[in-house]
Amino acid sequence: MSRFLDLTLNGIANGAIYAAVALSLVLVWRATRILNFAQAGMLMLTTFIAWAVVDSGASYWIGFAVALASGLVLGALVERIVIRRVEGAPALNAVIVTIGLLVLLQALAGMIWGGNPRSFPPAFSIRGYEVGGRAVLFSPFDLFTVLVVAGLMLALTLLFARTSLGLRMRAAAFAPEVSRLLGVRVGDLYTVGWALGSVAASLAGVLVAPSVFVSPNAFDAVLVFGFTAAVIGGLESPLGALVGGLVLGLALSYVSGYGGAELVTLGALGILVAVLMIRPSGLFSRAQARRV
Amino acid sequence: MSRSLPRNAATAVAAGLALFVLTEQLSEYDNLQLATMAYYFVAVAGLTVLTGQNGQISLGHGALMGVGAYATVKIQEAVSWPLAVVLLGASLVAAIAGVLAGAAAARLRGPYLAGATLALAVGLPALATRFSGFLGGSNGLVVAPPVPPGWLGATFPLERWQAWIACLAALVVYVLLANLVRSGYGRAFRAVRDDEIAAQLSGYHVARTQVLAFVVSAACAGLAGGLLVVVTSLAAPGAFPLSLSVTLLTGVVLGGSGSLAGAAWGAAALVLVPTWADDASKALSLSSNVEANLALAIYGVVLIAVMLVAPGGIQAAVRRLVAFALRAAQPHARGPSSWAHQEEKPS
Amino acid sequence: MRSTIRPLAAACVAALAIGAAACGSDNGSSGGGASTSGGKPTASAPGITATQVTVGGHFPLTGPAAPGYSEIPQAIDAYFKYVNAAGGVHGRKLKMIVRDDGYNPTNTVKVTKQLVLQDKIFAMLGGLGTPTHTKVVDFLNASRVPDLFVSSGCLCWDQPKQHPQTFGWQPDYTVEGKILGQWIAKELKGKKVAYFLQNDDFGMDGAKGLDHYIPKDQVVTRQTYEPGNTDIGPQMAKIKASGAEVVAMFTIPAYTALVELAGLKLDYHPQLVVSNVGSDPTTLKGLLKAFSKGKAPSALIDGIQSDAYLPPTSDTSNDWIALFSKIHDTYIPKLPLDGNVEYGMALAYTFVSALQRAGVNPTRTGIVDAIERGGLTGPGLVPFRYGKDSHAGYTGVATSKIEGGETKLTGKPVVTDDGDGAITAYEGAPAKAPANGVPAAG
Repeated sequence: MSRFLDLTLNGIANGAIYAAVALSLVLVWRATRILNFAQAGMLMLTTFIAWAVVDSGASYWIGFAVALASGLVLGALVERIVIRRVEGAPALNAVIVTIGLLVLLQALAGMIWGGNPRSFPPAFSIRGYEVGGRAVLFSPFDLFTVLVVAGLMLALTLLFARTSLGLRMRAAAFAPEVSRLLGVRVGDLYTVGWALGSVAASLAGVLVAPSVFVSPNAFDAVLVFGFTAAVIGGLESPLGALVGGLVLGLALSYVSGYGGAELVTLGALGILVAVLMIRPSGLFSRAQARRV
Repeated sequence: MSRSLPRNAATAVAAGLALFVLTEQLSEYDNLQLATMAYYFVAVAGLTVLTGQNGQISLGHGALMGVGAYATVKIQEAVSWPLAVVLLGASLVAAIAGVLAGAAAARLRGPYLAGATLALAVGLPALATRFSGFLGGSNGLVVAPPVPPGWLGATFPLERWQAWIACLAALVVYVLLANLVRSGYGRAFRAVRDDEIAAQLSGYHVARTQVLAFVVSAACAGLAGGLLVVVTSLAAPGAFPLSLSVTLLTGVVLGGSGSLAGAAWGAAALVLVPTWADDASKALSLSSNVEANLALAIYGVVLIAVMLVAPGGIQAAVRRLVAFALRAAQPHARGPSSWAHQEEKPS
Repeated sequence: MRSTIRPLAAACVAALAIGAAACGSDNGSSGGGASTSGGKPTASAPGITATQVTVGGHFPLTGPAAPGYSEIPQAIDAYFKYVNAAGGVHGRKLKMIVRDDGYNPTNTVKVTKQLVLQDKIFAMLGGLGTPTHTKVVDFLNASRVPDLFVSSGCLCWDQPKQHPQTFGWQPDYTVEGKILGQWIAKELKGKKVAYFLQNDDFGMDGAKGLDHYIPKDQVVTRQTYEPGNTDIGPQMAKIKASGAEVVAMFTIPAYTALVELAGLKLDYHPQLVVSNVGSDPTTLKGLLKAFSKGKAPSALIDGIQSDAYLPPTSDTSNDWIALFSKIHDTYIPKLPLDGNVEYGMALAYTFVSALQRAGVNPTRTGIVDAIERGGLTGPGLVPFRYGKDSHAGYTGVATSKIEGGETKLTGKPVVTDDGDGAITAYEGAPAKAPANGVPAAG
């Protein structure tokens, strides 16, 4: 029983990270219908910047804020400078551009900081809470992770549902031509979408950095699982990203705990196929399932 | 205009002769590069049929190459059949995997298909460590390289023989795919890609068409995996990471999605761009961090630049250049013909 | 009509491109005759000219396996630069060509062929990795290229009959496992032991060694991890639940650090016994720096038991460390002076010793003979076991402990084999570093 509790809590903590990455992919997809493979590289870069700030002596929270701020700026810059030119092109072109960007960012980070992994501090203690006299696989830092990601999710849902900015973003995504006619600055809203997505990814980066050690390739696995979580949840809603992340986190924790670490990637494949066979556009999709 | 088997075969024979002459001139290492380009062509051509002609985006074809590679090694371990039969067998095994994957994939669209195939690319190599007794674990399996037949002489370079095998396979695949693309099946692929509902109304069975496209591309990937074994003598999980699947897709798009000539350009780019980037970084004397990563940085920049400058890929850019050159070379036409030229301008 | 041109054009342009690249590559003469004059340096073998010796190796410089390992070729190169500044070997400068394979065996095959066929190296030096190097061993031996001092602890490099060109260097994982296992069985008698292993030959071969000495019923659980997946919480929870008081680990440094962090999380503090590969204090302190929070950075790693076959990098009174520090500060000051850097320099030293011994005009067979003659010395705490029937390098270690953030040797150096042979003490004195840091000729 205590093993099940450990694995569940561990899964929730991991799931929050996957959810944050999934959220960043969802935001970019909703805004511009592009799969941003460069997200891993972008969040790696902002985490390195945060690391450099903290390593030079500044407090953790300054580093945290710098990560989010640089994420905002980086997302906006990438959209404006690079992605703007492929927004009208076939979908594959944008995919290749983001892949090229990912490779470029990893190479640049390797040039600047080298391959040696760096130590990144956690926001709070990593010692597990005591439950029934024993420490469980869940610490104050894990609780912070889950709360922050859930808070971000809530904030974004409110943004889309209740604010005029959110309304304009939804309009720009679903009916760009009509929105333009109504005076909506569609291009700017694309930039906002990318900027927000990048903030979510940067958050995931600083939250996962303590346990993956910061280096150019350290975040590859997080992107794969984040992408899987986004697809499980359906790429249409922040809530889908959260649920997708939690489902994946829990499933992989159980597979690793009851099966073995070598089964984790197969487990991810299995979960994804299982979900997509029942709902081909993810759990929270609105599209009709296609009959085969 | 429909192309016939003789025409495609003639192209292949001509290319084959050119390649034969080429392999005689190249050094052993460059023959190895040529063989690599050839097996990349086989995989990229299959993928371009799936993605460009049929509109299904797959991030999992590196794993299907792995299936073909492991099948090749296991078949060779079990029986001593001629290499052509072994490669056919490997292709068949990958095709069967393609049926399974394709049936699942037929229900998925766009990013969901991408996500599922990405999970396939990441998960499938783990089978090698799960069944490490049979599949060799993380070290993988080795085979002996193919021995050039005795009548070629005792000093016939191994790398040239490997290049011949790979290029011959590439030419055969070219002929088969070129005919497929021009046939009724090809029309079905494109109809389903362009408008599923209209295709269904016209009588095409959408799911079956998509599964067929997947199987064809999987068979090509499997053959490419077998050729990889021929060229490198190994099958290991580390040889089929996610980045291989991504590389194949970039080859498709760089060369020109949907076109077999594009697949050739793409395969060439996949081998040559990293080589040139590596040579460039070694020519400059830089600090080791910068030198180690420069080739990758150049590769990333090339991907972005080609997509921004030549969105149709290298093939489209070449076609534009050729058309421009032909037009420039023609004398000024007078009268109605000049109007006709203007209407023919590609959009 | 145009459709015929397209594929043909593609093929021709590709051909021209390769041709252009090929023209740039070296088309130098193949092979060299037997050395003639004993006195003057000549071009006595491929990769050797009158003024230069060129060797090469494949290493992961980029990608997930690069952390740490990419330092090794830089350290080799630094030692070569030092030797060149002191006049080289028999008047020849040493050059190390490093090619990146990203730990992908397909790339290893490609760059190895490039090194041999295009760069025309005299020998391969320090090729890194088991899944990578095992794929090029046949090619190197068939091409009769000396394959010296593979950077891997696989048992497979010591096969003089099948692979006469290939030589190991570091102690293999089973040798290490046996010695650590014996230490655990003696010092931690009766305590419950858990194994935490990398899920490949590194972990499995290490476990084979441990099993030689640790009684089966003392091992309460065996857990593995996949490099690349950093979530080891489930495995560590299982280890804690098994009641193990000792964890024997064949892990790379990142995972040693992760085990420490999981121990913090679960409030679980067993005795860790870690392979030499994963116990370098400099690397571990770097990884755990952000978790020490006010306490001494070494607090988290003190008490780890491990083993060593080279002097600890913190032992500044050791003449080898003084030499390596000098070279490090001059040529690679940006890198930490850690286990990987020491490894690279020591390996390079061994190569230079062999090259000196191979005479004024070395040949490929000559250098293989020079190594097989045995008796090469260096910074090692144990001797090499090179001989006509053995291509294994170091075959033993001394047990050690991390104390005050530094490795301290706790036992005498012992040697063994990777079979059922006993573990015997090595009584000889450690070799002294040469005064100018360059091994003497002959």
